[in-house]
Amino acid sequence: MKNLVLGNEALAQGAIDAGISGIYAYPGTPSTEITEYVQNSKMAKELEIHCSWSVNEKTAMEAALGMSYCGKRSLTAMKHVGLNVASDVFMNMAVSGINGGLVVVVADDPSMHSSQNEQDSRFYGKFAKVPILEPSNQQEAYNMMHYAFDLSEEMQLPVLMRLVTRLSHSRSAVTFKERRAQNGIQLPVNTDRFALIPSHAKVQYEKLVNKRQLLLEASEKCHFNKLKLCEDKSLGIIACGIGYNYVMENIDEDLDFYSILKINQYPVPKSKIKALYKHCDKVLVVEEGYPMLEEILTDYLDDDGQTIGKLTGALPMTGELNPELVGDALGLYRDIKPEISNVVVGRPPQLCEGCGHNDLFEVIQTLIPEIGEKKVFGDIGCYALGALSPLHTINTLIDMGASITMAKGAADAGVENAIAIIGDSTFTHSGMTGLLEAVIENSPITVIISDNSTIAMTGTQDSLAVGRLKDICLGIGVAPEHLKIMVPLKKNSKGNQDLLRKELEYKGLSVIISQRPCVRLSRDKKEAIKEKTAALN
Amino acid sequence: MKSNIILSGVGGQGILTIAAVIDIAALSQNLFIKQSEVHGMSQRGGAVQSHVRLSDKEIYSDLIPEGKANLILSVEPMELLRYIPYLKKNGWIITDSSTFQNIVNYPCKYDLFKKIKSFNNHIIINAKNSAKDLGNSKVANMILLGAASSLIPISEESFLHAINYYFKDKSEKIKAMNINAFKTGQEMAKDFTEFVY
Repeated sequence: MKNLVLGNEALAQGAIDAGISGIYAYPGTPSTEITEYVQNSKMAKELEIHCSWSVNEKTAMEAALGMSYCGKRSLTAMKHVGLNVASDVFMNMAVSGINGGLVVVVADDPSMHSSQNEQDSRFYGKFAKVPILEPSNQQEAYNMMHYAFDLSEEMQLPVLMRLVTRLSHSRSAVTFKERRAQNGIQLPVNTDRFALIPSHAKVQYEKLVNKRQLLLEASEKCHFNKLKLCEDKSLGIIACGIGYNYVMENIDEDLDFYSILKINQYPVPKSKIKALYKHCDKVLVVEEGYPMLEEILTDYLDDDGQTIGKLTGALPMTGELNPELVGDALGLYRDIKPEISNVVVGRPPQLCEGCGHNDLFEVIQTLIPEIGEKKVFGDIGCYALGALSPLHTINTLIDMGASITMAKGAADAGVENAIAIIGDSTFTHSGMTGLLEAVIENSPITVIISDNSTIAMTGTQDSLAVGRLKDICLGIGVAPEHLKIMVPLKKNSKGNQDLLRKELEYKGLSVIISQRPCVRLSRDKKEAIKEKTAALN
Repeated sequence: MKSNIILSGVGGQGILTIAAVIDIAALSQNLFIKQSEVHGMSQRGGAVQSHVRLSDKEIYSDLIPEGKANLILSVEPMELLRYIPYLKKNGWIITDSSTFQNIVNYPCKYDLFKKIKSFNNHIIINAKNSAKDLGNSKVANMILLGAASSLIPISEESFLHAINYYFKDKSEKIKAMNINAFKTGQEMAKDFTEFVY
């Protein structure tokens, strides 16, 4: 029986069937559906697999490590920039090693469909010296979970599994295997390796470095890494992860005389690469993301022109790959395609009709002539669309939580009337620590928490901030007389302007919680949020 | 046998329902399927598309190569034209004539339809209006699928089965309305001669 699933869903079912006891994650495109699949899975519920959302990627990965410490298998999933947030625990758990199998799934977003950058997570795997897996298709995403957990437990290391948008968000029919049992609790034989004081850490780091040969051998014998040598010697192709699909799409049956090395596990299988280089005059490297492998190969062999790829201009350095680009790199003829008519204009994403963020932006806009331009520091979420016209209200968007701390830095620099806008969930993800700094120095900034009571951009997942924002702010030390609530509705516009103006005039820290539920929330969800808020207050 | 279909529209218009029904129908005919979709920011009123690929052999790329789409099926006329570079020579384009104008610089409709009609193999129907006549404007996407169904290598029986399966948790009335919409679309495509704006 085949199951029609997204790459993300195939992976999630694979993890359930590989015997995980918990998944820990914070939503982020293109990774969100991995956790949602487990949350909606009847099987996962029966098996009591932990699957509620974490407050951010760092807490998620730490909880996954805690579960692994107890001997159980755990999965943590995030988008590429989420790994930046979790990088502290990621780097260090490579040193401590794991106990129960632990897999870190990271979904990269080349072409930045829904992200601020297109960083390539394979570098993190290399940086931490852990095995990296990169499936080419949905069935492999499923199959690789069993393999990844085995590899993790065998090597006693976390395994990084890298997805990309086009695999995460593409459906195909996948065959599921039998499920295996979860591990029982088994605390580590020796806990010293998890207590990374320098004397222990030195021992552990040495062990990690010495695993290099083992990891290489694992890649060499990995059945996903396949070398096919053909008679033609003019060109060999190294195809990594999803790059393999674009190569095969072009090669089809007509051009199957090219030698191909398919790579799905790193560190790169050296002997297979050497064999391909020995066999072929030129080697084209097709990899999604940065030219990581190409750089290694070019440096390693010190070749002059034998390797072609992104560094030589055969493929572009930015954006995602596609069948046409790979076809071009293979030197295939492309028909002249019809151009897009000039009748067609751009249709950028925009805030929904009836969205409360809109009314909040209008309130801020009316005050800009008074306070001056370029002083509104934004954050990650739907309200980031306030950077586009016609709203054109927010001036910055860098990373989760940066609105508050950047506004504080601006105030430190002597700029008056700096405003920070941050969503409820982004605030609990990474805004609270920055707010404490602003409290301690009583920084003259106005922080607006645009509270729609959900993680809206990724599809209305539960916000852990629901019902807690006021208490959190007071607990951090915001002065009660400068903690205000507003409801961003047209009819309140004048009152809201006055409220904001008054707090901007105050030369110290103010927090305004702008409360209006997301229009995308179902009636049931809105009710649940109301009940939760009432119960907490 | 290979069939590449691009579905296009604006975030929130429900092209994924069309994709899901094609997927279910194709799976019941034991075809290989790949179907990429857009999640995240663009779903907020931006341009969205889905690449649906069906074949009796293994499919590699999740994306349709340019110039290889047999059909572009669009729930919005301007969005149809955005994907023209994917259209195969003599491929078919089918669109709803109802525009979705959430941008200030939406093109002149006369120019828009003139351009669409410059392609030989086109069908333009007012699916949204017909859907309203059937009782719910939401079934416009099943009307469009019905209109395109003869160009997709899937039997009518499989399509009808897939619609019932997709709406299995909904009421009999909703199931019947969607089946009816599909059949209405089939008729509208058959009767289509010329779209006059």
